[in-house]
Amino acid sequence: MNDKEPLFSSKNMKLLKGPLNKDNPITVQVLGICSALAITVNLKPSVVMAIAVLAVLAVSNVVISLLRKYIPPRIRIIVQLTVIASMVILVDLILKAFAYDISKQLSVFVGLIITNCIIMGRLEAFAMANKPWQSFLDGVGNAAGYGIILIIVAFFRELLGSGTLWDYPVFEKLGIYNSGYSDNGLMILPPMALVTVGIIIWVQRSKNRDLIETH
Amino acid sequence: MENIVNIFVKSVFIDNMIFAYFLGMCSYLAVSKTVKTSVGLGIAVIFVLGITVPINYLMEIYILKEGALIWISGKLADVDLSFLTFIMFIAVIASMVQLVEMIIEKFSPTLYNNLGIFLPLIAVNCAILGGSLFMQQREYNSILEATSFGLGSGVGWFLAIVGIAAIREKIRYSNVPDPLKGLGITFIITGLMGIAFMSFMGIKL
Repeated sequence: MNDKEPLFSSKNMKLLKGPLNKDNPITVQVLGICSALAITVNLKPSVVMAIAVLAVLAVSNVVISLLRKYIPPRIRIIVQLTVIASMVILVDLILKAFAYDISKQLSVFVGLIITNCIIMGRLEAFAMANKPWQSFLDGVGNAAGYGIILIIVAFFRELLGSGTLWDYPVFEKLGIYNSGYSDNGLMILPPMALVTVGIIIWVQRSKNRDLIETH
Repeated sequence: MENIVNIFVKSVFIDNMIFAYFLGMCSYLAVSKTVKTSVGLGIAVIFVLGITVPINYLMEIYILKEGALIWISGKLADVDLSFLTFIMFIAVIASMVQLVEMIIEKFSPTLYNNLGIFLPLIAVNCAILGGSLFMQQREYNSILEATSFGLGSGVGWFLAIVGIAAIREKIRYSNVPDPLKGLGITFIITGLMGIAFMSFMGIKL
């Protein structure tokens, strides 16, 4: 990290770290919620989804950033969508080849990475105006911020909803069921994902009071 | 005929785009501050879904499916273009949105002024692409069924965004804990609305 100072200068590190907390794509920028919630019933698909988004976002950010001087502004949305869609097709085919079960579980949500607002949003707001390396960091940072929320939500939903973590029966091994506890089926249902994210936002904003909205 | 009505009702209430699949959440959260703008966006979504789903249905049947190219010549019977689905659907959606925008601008300037800013946004609304992908996954039998699914999903989305906008207008006068204001409480309300919508789930059509 010290030999090539400009690569990881403090400004660049900020691009990487900002989205993890104060600039989080889901809880602060309100981007990419669409696909974030539906797949968070279990940890495994959420982690796969986070990795898929990381790959797509980092690569398409770099591609668009390299092309940014040659893209006519009027057709930029179509160009961006084509780049993203080709990346997503690659990811989809890879998933189908190496992780077929998870690909089935994610169903249309792999395709929906295309319209995941995080990707369009970052391309539009960052990659169109910045150099490839910064865009790469920005892409990785934002995808990581997205992934973290995904994993937190999935952790609670899987633990409270099915009593397992990564398909490992935690509660059963701990013998909690013997004391009369039973799984909360509500956590598996879609609406609870929203409430969980709502609570995450609540916690995050009570720690960072400058993020609070006026009404 | 009955089948078509069933698909419509099912996609409005039971398989609601927002409450069951969280599609189109980004614009749902960003544009639902007032009822007026959310009505505009809702109508635009119904419009675009009602057009793109049947067109993508035709694409699926005549171009993308395995062996779909047989109508050109028998030699192409083995061709399977389904890996092009995403790029094809998104291209159709982006160009349709552009086309719809130009047509509306030409024939109904008042509607254009009301919808204007929302139309380009719709190209990247997950609900639109989601509609086409679900259509593909559920394998509807006729273009009428696909159209009724598209329109139904649009209406479901419209109801959801108008509902949340009305609640958000009222909640401004309530004493919400500071860190929950704005985004947080909107998420939780959407969750509660989702639970209410789940009561339709038992209905079998």
